[in-house]
Amino acid sequence: MAEGDNIALRADKLAIRRGARELFHDLSFVVRAGEYVEVRGANGAGKTSLLRALAGFLKPSAGQIHFDAAEEPALALHYLGHLNGLKGSASVSAHLRYWSGLFGVSSSLEQSAARLGLMALRDLPARVLSQGQQRRLALARLLIAPRPIWLLDEPAASLDGAGRTLIGELVDSHRQRGGLAIAAVHEPLGPTAHASVILA
Amino acid sequence: MSAFWSTFKRDFALMWSAGGGVVAPLGFFLGAAALVPLAMGPAHDALAAAGPPLLWVAAAFAVLATIERLFQADLEDGSLDQMLLSSAPLELIVLAKGLALWCAIGAPIALAAAPVAIALQASPSLVPAIVVSVALGMGGFVGAGLTGAALTASVKRGSVLIALIVMPFFAPPIIFGSAVASSGFGAAFLLLAGCALAYLVLGTFAAAAALRLQAE
Repeated sequence: MAEGDNIALRADKLAIRRGARELFHDLSFVVRAGEYVEVRGANGAGKTSLLRALAGFLKPSAGQIHFDAAEEPALALHYLGHLNGLKGSASVSAHLRYWSGLFGVSSSLEQSAARLGLMALRDLPARVLSQGQQRRLALARLLIAPRPIWLLDEPAASLDGAGRTLIGELVDSHRQRGGLAIAAVHEPLGPTAHASVILA
Repeated sequence: MSAFWSTFKRDFALMWSAGGGVVAPLGFFLGAAALVPLAMGPAHDALAAAGPPLLWVAAAFAVLATIERLFQADLEDGSLDQMLLSSAPLELIVLAKGLALWCAIGAPIALAAAPVAIALQASPSLVPAIVVSVALGMGGFVGAGLTGAALTASVKRGSVLIALIVMPFFAPPIIFGSAVASSGFGAAFLLLAGCALAYLVLGTFAAAAALRLQAE
């Protein structure tokens, strides 16, 4: 993994506007290697927009985002959104193979599948998986391609108790390897958050 | 290159799987070609004159019929976000999807153009030129279609909009292609080839730019 100790993500006086409405402004924070930050706020406060801006999908209306990473931002980060990015007719293992190609890695797909409890489901098409199983499959992207920055939008959505614990463990081991994670959550995830960004 | 081939393999497989809908355009093409002689009657001369243009129009519509969901599905299920984080540039991913579409519907329709051309009273000596030119023309249609599909990815039932955007660009390949069908390899064929290549390259870049805006 190309993660050094100097990975950091800085938001500087960030403002995001959706349509005519300004979601927030003057938002500044720094997340460093090994840190896990939770983004909190009411529905519509701009949690998803903030994560999408950090991922580079959405242009902030003011302010800047800096990455201290060896790779360019799009190659240094994972984005896990509300949508799982699955194709109903493709099998679990076809998804894993596709992502390893898309992210340009050759890691052990079996290992990632086993970690998320997907081994028994390998040959099933994604459309027959339950919501929670589909979420687990989407989480496999985080393991297939090691990237230092994780942006997670409601990562525990539709997961059972064991699944929530699993995400906590994944985030913890990610931090120990020197990665950083930012998650938009309503309920705290397992690991103790280093800090919280509250969107009013 | 692995992101390119992974995307190609995935899209090609999805196009043939249930609901992928590549069989429908081929059926549409063959069906249209089979109905024309029935509608026009057996008059050899009229059929020979109208056949090649009709063949080209049917091929163009077959592309229009499939292109709508090409990026819309990726936008709706979140796959587009992951493409933006790929190790390869988005342009390459778009090109892979275009190539998959060409292999799934372009090549079969080009091959089907041979029996269709004969059924429409084309001279047998022109059939090789017709097959090659339809294959090229389908590349051009796909190139233009990529841009239309990317621009309308977030529009529900956007097929009419795609048609309006893309139709003007379909005109040159249809004109050159119909000329090839009556004159064989020649100046019209070279113009068609140039046109198809330009569409494929420009369409790829334009589609990638449009998709980046859609991700907002």
